[in-house]
Parts: sequence; C-alpha cells; structure tokens
Amino acid sequence: MNFIKAIVAAGMVAASTSAFAADITGAGATFPFPIYSKWADAYKKETGNGLNYQSIGSGAGIKQIQAKTVTFGASDAPLKAEQLEKDGLVQWPMVMGAIVPVVNLEGIKPGDLILSGEVLGDIYLGKITKWNDAAIAKLNPKLTLPADAITVVRRSDGSGTTFNFTDYLSKSNADWKSKVGSGTAVEWPVGVGAKGNEGVAGNISQTKNAIGYVEYAYAKQNKLTYTGMINKAGKTVQPTVAAFQAAASNADWAKAPGYYVILTDQPGDASWPITAATFILMHKDATDKAASQEALKFFKYAFEKGGKAAEELDYIPMPESVVKLIEKTWSSDIKS
Amino acid sequence: MADMAVQSDVMEAAGPYDRAKALSAFKLGDLTFYWITRISAISVLLILGGIILSLIVGAWPAMKEYGFAFLWTQRWAPSADPPVLGALGPIYGTLITSVIAMLIAIPVGIGIAVFLTELCPQVLRRPIGIAIELLAGIPSIIYGMWGFFVLGPFLANTFQPFMIRIFEGVPVLGAVFAGPPSYLSLFNAALILAIMVLPFITAISVDVFKTVPPVLKEAAYGMGCTTWEVVRSVVIPYTRVGVIGGIMLALGRALGETMAVTFIIGNSFRISSSIFAPGTTISAAIASEFAESDGLHQSGLILLGLLLFVLTFFVLAGARLMLMRLEQKAGK
Repeated sequence: MNFIKAIVAAGMVAASTSAFAADITGAGATFPFPIYSKWADAYKKETGNGLNYQSIGSGAGIKQIQAKTVTFGASDAPLKAEQLEKDGLVQWPMVMGAIVPVVNLEGIKPGDLILSGEVLGDIYLGKITKWNDAAIAKLNPKLTLPADAITVVRRSDGSGTTFNFTDYLSKSNADWKSKVGSGTAVEWPVGVGAKGNEGVAGNISQTKNAIGYVEYAYAKQNKLTYTGMINKAGKTVQPTVAAFQAAASNADWAKAPGYYVILTDQPGDASWPITAATFILMHKDATDKAASQEALKFFKYAFEKGGKAAEELDYIPMPESVVKLIEKTWSSDIKS
Repeated sequence: MADMAVQSDVMEAAGPYDRAKALSAFKLGDLTFYWITRISAISVLLILGGIILSLIVGAWPAMKEYGFAFLWTQRWAPSADPPVLGALGPIYGTLITSVIAMLIAIPVGIGIAVFLTELCPQVLRRPIGIAIELLAGIPSIIYGMWGFFVLGPFLANTFQPFMIRIFEGVPVLGAVFAGPPSYLSLFNAALILAIMVLPFITAISVDVFKTVPPVLKEAAYGMGCTTWEVVRSVVIPYTRVGVIGGIMLALGRALGETMAVTFIIGNSFRISSSIFAPGTTISAAIASEFAESDGLHQSGLILLGLLLFVLTFFVLAGARLMLMRLEQKAGK
C-alpha cells in the first residue's frame, strides 16, 4: 500500500511541476552550449524555472525559431537586418568567446610566436609552407624557426568557430577573401580536418610543426602553445580576457541594426583580432508571449548574475554598456 | 487446409461444443494475426518509400542546380557565392576506403575462420571466437576515438614513414604512398573499417565452414590432400555462396559506416593520389557538415545521402545477382 501511495505521490509531484514550470525552450549554436547550461542550472536553483536548450547547430537553430517551434534560437553568425525584419525577429549578442591560433613547435612557448592575419591567411592558403618562411621570420626576428613543413589543421565539421576564423582571414587577407571566403564550412585549399575543438586540440598537441585554431578555452585547458597576433591597429596583442573585452567595447554596437557586428578585426590598440559573439534570436510578436517573457527573465538574470560563471568557463561577458542597449531593445521591440 | 486441421482438432478435443462458434473464434484470431503481420510487412515498404521520397524532396534544389555534373565535379565550395558543390571527392573516398578495407579484411577474416574451424586446438577455439564477436559489439564511436588517439599517431609515426621511404621514386606506387604522414587519412580510415567489418566476414565464414559435410573433407584427407588443399578445393568451393554473402554484408557496412570514419578521415574534398592524404566519404561529409549547413549546401548534403542510398542499393543488387549466378552454376 505504501508503495502505491509513494507512486501516486511521485506522479502528482511530477504533474504539478510540469504544470507550473513552463520550461523555456531554445535551440541552436553549439559554441555557447556549456555556458547556457551552466546559467540554466543556476537559474533553476534560484527560480525553479528550467531551460531546455538543444545545441543542434546555428543553422538548425535559425530554422527552429523561424518555424516558431522554440522560444528562442541561438546562432554564432548574426542574421542581417533585412532577414530579421522579414521574419519578425529580434537579435542580440549574448556572450563572447575568442579564437586563438595554436602551434606545436619545439622550444616555442605560449605567446612567443607572433602572427598577422595576412601571414595566417597565407599559411591556410598553402602559400607559406615552411616555418622558416621570410614572412614569418619578419614578424619574429628573435626566434629561430625550423625549416620544416607546416602541418595545417582545421575543423572537419561545420562550425561557428570556423565561420569567425574564416571571416577574420577574409578581412585581413585579400587573397583569402577572393579564393575561399567565409562560412561555417569552406573550400579549404590545404590542411587536414579534425572533428570539433577537442579534435583540433588533440591533433595539434600530438603533431610536430602543426598549426590550428581553437576556442580560447580549449587552448587554455589543453595547455596548447597559442600565438600572439598583430591586430588591426598594428599592435601586438596576447589572448587575454582584457584583449577580448577591448574588441567588444571598441565595436560600434549602437549603430549596427539588429546588432549585426562580427567581432573579428575590430579597431583599438588592445583588441584581440579574432573575437566572436554568439547571438540570440526571438520573435517580436511571439505566439506564446508568457514563454517569451520567461525567456527574457532568464537572459536578464544571465546578464546580471552570470558574468562570473561565464568567466569560469572562459567565455567573456558582454560589456555593461552593450547590455544596457540590449535591455532597451527588449522593452521597445518585444511585445509582452 | 487450415480449416481441415482445425476441424479435426476441435472434434477430437471438444466433441460436444458448438463447432461453428469455435471455428468463427479461430477465424477471427487468424484474421487478426494475418492483418497484424501484413501491416508490419507493408510498413517496411512505406517507411523505405517515405525515406526515398523525403531524400528526393530535400535534394531537389541541388539536383536542379547541378544536374548530373554533381557526380563528376570535384570542387566542394559551400561558402562560395553561389555555392559550388560536387560529389566526386566523397564518392571516391567512399569507394577507395571500402575497397582497401575489403582487401585487408577478406583474407584476414577468412584466414581466422579457416584457423578456427580446421586447425585451432579446442582450448583456443572459444576464446578466439568470443573475441571476434566482441569486436562486432564495440560501438563505432569507440573505434573512432581509438583510431584518433592511438592508431592514428602510431601509423603516422611508424608505418606511414616506412612505406613512404620504401616506395619513394617508384612509379605509380610512389604516388600512392606519398607523404607527409598524417593521423587523419584515407588509409587510417580504411584500416579501422577493416577491423570493424572483420567479425562479419569471420562469423559468417565460420558458420558456413561448419556446414561442410565431414565426409567430403575426410575423403580428401584420405586421398592425401594437405590442409591447404582441403580448404582450397573442398571447403571454400562448397561454401562459396555463404562466404560471398558475408563479404557483401561487410561491404555494405563499410560503405555506410559514419562515426568512426568521421573521426579519422580528415574531411577533405580534394582527391589526392596518396592514400596517406586526408579525404572524405559520403557519410562522413554529411555527418561533419549537416548541422551547420543551410540552403543549397544542405540540399547538396541530402543529395549525397541519396547517392549513398543508390550506391548501396547497386552493390547489394550486384551481390544478389552474383550469388544467383553462382547458385545456378552450382546447380548444373
């Protein structure tokens, strides 16, 4: 009897929680998945409201929000203002990350090697094939680099990381722009593809004379040899949280319709050149307005209290000035 | 026929009961059973048809854009404007990895089967047999990770440099085994595939080898044949159809294998003469790029899926045809 009572009680609890806590549903980009789930955990503890986020990829996330099957979509590449207007969507950047070039060279410590977008582009185009190439030597007069061939490693899967990396190469290397361009998957002239950030990190750490690109967190956790970069202002910068934030604050968010800013190659002396934001998409006039408001409450919570959690996972919180702009957009554009 | 049997059963067992009522109850049961099985069988056809239809619908934009040139275009540039997509790279990769895998797995697999049935001491038979079956039970992602972290580095540091040095300067073979060594290559993927399909070939071969009548083998031994001669002239000819069936099953698996290959092939759409260069297969290309694709790019990936479907169909149909011919020959 007791057993049956317990089952009935459990059933009632389950029924009541599902009735009260309308879980917020979202789908899209894989890059911010760890931080979204961490925020969701903390938010659930505080408010009892859950978040169901499916990291199915940016493209699929955009499709889901267009089809109104989720409350919010998430994408690593922002949508253009016309596209937003057409689908009745609002877009804003939620959190940022950075991409760093990593190498495996004997005797070279993290931050020793300095590269520019031009040189990085030429390496990925297959124009620079040896580590002792004059173009690399010119940027690194103090280092002695081997006469070995460069093993170029890139992502095999379509990804937001690749989108931002190739976008940066397109902005800083004219040849790359005309021959390859930018996208989540591109026509790579050279190199081997490894699966995911962890695949690239694994491959770099085991292959001598290799170069690749990973999200900052992976370079840090795997203790990979990252490089310094020469930014748009011509200054040498190292990948630090301060440099990533400088890139975000130097970007002109206020004038960009729909916050359409790709954070690569931003001006400013301290800006890290391959910084990336990841975006949230919601309907202006959602069918389920209560769910929309719940989602906004979650995002507000994430902006206000989620900064520390983001930094722990090596994401970069949006600067306060940008958050203020975004909150203004919410109240003016999203109907409650 | 069925009615007669039912009738006699009922009469014997239940004499005085109402015969018509009992029969109609049986009939209802029979009819229900008939329809349940029939619906199950038809649903397979419906699902298959539905899959083909949705593949065609999804692939339609790409078919319209590229036409048959899709089959022999090597360039794969999804980010170009407009995207240029061609399936030659993945088709080549799919075929070449499967062929190399079969070249390795067939002799080894049949070798193991011969050893297990003809030569193996009784004590070893079960452990080896179980080990082979366990190989079949390992999830493909485990093969992928093992290939990436263990086999890949091992091959890149030992086997590949060795082969590259040996064949350097040799015409044709020099190009096939050209450097630089790489963790992620067609050859590594083919080797993993070979290990993955090995259990299919071995298990089926062992089963069919056991069906050879001992009389045939004993007669051959009695005439003074060596073990090799018995295997070559008695066992294999007797079981040819079954062994080929196992090989075809293995080939089907190799053509479609996705996860393990995706990890270690490098997803490069360029066709290189060297088997140590990265490449891609149809299923690996889809698995790698589908999640972040849209528009024509996605349609092109679905078209690749349709191609794999057609390719597998023709391979299996070809295998059937070959088996039928062999059976006919054996019949004469």
